[in-house]
Amino acid sequence: MSNEIRFITKNFHEYDTSSIDSYIGIGGFKALQKAVSMDGEDIASLIAKAGVKGRGGAAYDMGRKWSQARAVPGERKVIICNADEGEPCTFKDRELISNDPFNLIESMIIAGYTVRAQDGYIYMREEYSHLRPLLQKAIHQTEAKGFLGKNILGRGFEFNIHLYSGAGAYVCGEGTALIRSIEGKAGRPRMKPPFIKQSGLFALPTCVNNVESLSIVPHLLLDEKNFYISQGSGESIGTKLVSVGGNVRHPGVFEIPFGTTVREIIYNLAGGLQDDRKLRLIQFGGASGKIANSDILDTPYTYEDLKKSGVTVGSGAILVIDDRTSVLDFLRITQEFFSHESCGQCTPCREGNLHIKLLLNKLAKGEAKHRDIDTLTKIAKIMTMSSLCGLGESAQNALLSAMRVFPETFDVGGAE
Amino acid sequence: MLTAHKQDHPLAKDFTDKIDGILTAHDNDPTQIVNILLDVQDLTELHYVPEPAAYYIAQKIGVKITTIYDCLTFYSSLSEHPRAKYPIQICNSIVCRVNDSDSVFSHLKELLGIDIGEVTYDGRFTLESVPCFGACDQAPAIRINGKVYGHLDSHQKVLQLLDTFI
Ligand SMILES: Cc1cc2nc3c(=O)[nH]c(=O)nc-3n(C[C@H](O)[C@H](O)[C@H](O)COP(=O)(O)O)c2cc1C
Ligand code: SF4
Ligand code: FES
Repeated sequence: MSNEIRFITKNFHEYDTSSIDSYIGIGGFKALQKAVSMDGEDIASLIAKAGVKGRGGAAYDMGRKWSQARAVPGERKVIICNADEGEPCTFKDRELISNDPFNLIESMIIAGYTVRAQDGYIYMREEYSHLRPLLQKAIHQTEAKGFLGKNILGRGFEFNIHLYSGAGAYVCGEGTALIRSIEGKAGRPRMKPPFIKQSGLFALPTCVNNVESLSIVPHLLLDEKNFYISQGSGESIGTKLVSVGGNVRHPGVFEIPFGTTVREIIYNLAGGLQDDRKLRLIQFGGASGKIANSDILDTPYTYEDLKKSGVTVGSGAILVIDDRTSVLDFLRITQEFFSHESCGQCTPCREGNLHIKLLLNKLAKGEAKHRDIDTLTKIAKIMTMSSLCGLGESAQNALLSAMRVFPETFDVGGAE
Repeated sequence: MLTAHKQDHPLAKDFTDKIDGILTAHDNDPTQIVNILLDVQDLTELHYVPEPAAYYIAQKIGVKITTIYDCLTFYSSLSEHPRAKYPIQICNSIVCRVNDSDSVFSHLKELLGIDIGEVTYDGRFTLESVPCFGACDQAPAIRINGKVYGHLDSHQKVLQLLDTFI
């Protein structure tokens, strides 16, 4: 298929995921061996030079994050792999875990070495419980081979990995909520500061990374021909996993070089729209992402080009919706998600989600007046500005972008 | 510490033995509560954490009963109420919705004669409407006891699937 690339997904279907020997047979743990011969700071700067941005949604400079985590003082530190993957239409981390569990483990050990952490936690959503045996077995085999535990590769450093299951709460993908969940509490986010990097899990300095972000590292360390940095365009270097779903013929996860156009992704890789229907809208980055209309099709998928078109990469999800679903129905379904997932502890998000749901229902019934649309806009903006965590801040991205792209949806005619 | 003892529904010995096994596997570590509760819930036929079990765990690992219930009520995958032998979770998020999960809902309601939240007379099935569980590439999808069943795009497929549980 055109434009599909295998760098992050290089190992998919190349080895038996239930056997560490099979992984070693294709060069597994060579990156770790290389890493321990390097200075941690050099590993962080290698990642920074490759321009890797966090793949969990916030797109924070990953090399910088590791370098900061390394510099934070502390006898004991923690690495967390965020495998909560709760954004609707996002399923790329699922593919990475199920097709290449050992690479994820290897990358966590490298992370531990780099930032001088002794413990790594994989926080995986309950919905992926079917992947737990595979991952647990991979961890046990890695311990048995001595790549986990004390004095790894004779270099005197210690690292252990713990697998922890979420329990069905989207908000636990947020760092402070995730940490509370591993500490045995309800996963309600807390105010920052203190920042996680200084005081995270069990009050230890903690570095949280997404599954895809971590999965890149071993490949990058062994990339002697500089393939990764030769890919991409502009400020968006390398390759990216996107999960395409909705009304497309072949939904799935595809690895693309940054700069592939949205059209190529949807029509070449995902097979175009079911029954060649007409495109209504595309949402980027999951339920918390913004939407666009067909004008975006020729935009290259890069951080900067998407931004210019009013959307963001977010979780890497690309949701394609055809003309059978109205913009308003799309918004109401998305709103149901946030109304259900809001943890309810802060007022803008708890009350905002409730009232926006009611107003959207009113609009759907044809009963909304001008002042209802004003209220809708006002509440959405207040939520974005004053919610305690990213859930409330981003819940109305879809609505606010819809108001810009599809103003006719909110046209209530002469109704005062 | 407030760890009230609730003894009005005594737990069967083999059940407490199994709970003890789970607690040992989690090193009796109170920070492991969420995962302990998930495992205990898997032990029960109706997939929930019975009240006496909640009190038993609280006492054994030395946490307040309110902490246990804070978790049981906060997390969607945990339940303090009996569910069913096969709780059928139907995805209500956007990818499944635009792939006609509404029909899956109505087929299931019709075939089982129950609505969302109700339980069949024999305690075998209940219908639950849940957010995206990451099977969007198989939309419309449902999940039963941790296993995903996707591409349920006809009445026939839903019927065939239910047959495998009867
Ligand atoms: C409500 C909410 C849910 C989130 N869910 C996830 C998630 O499921 N997976 C993830 O990696 N990041 C998620 N994030 C972002 C994380 O908080 C964090 O930025 C990320 O895990 C950091 O890793 P990265 O820098 O490698 O992207 C979420 C954020 C918020 C506010
Ligand atoms: S913004 Fe929403 S999810 Fe976040 S803390 Fe406030 S109520 Fe909870
Ligand atoms: S939207 Fe149904 S599984 Fe993701």
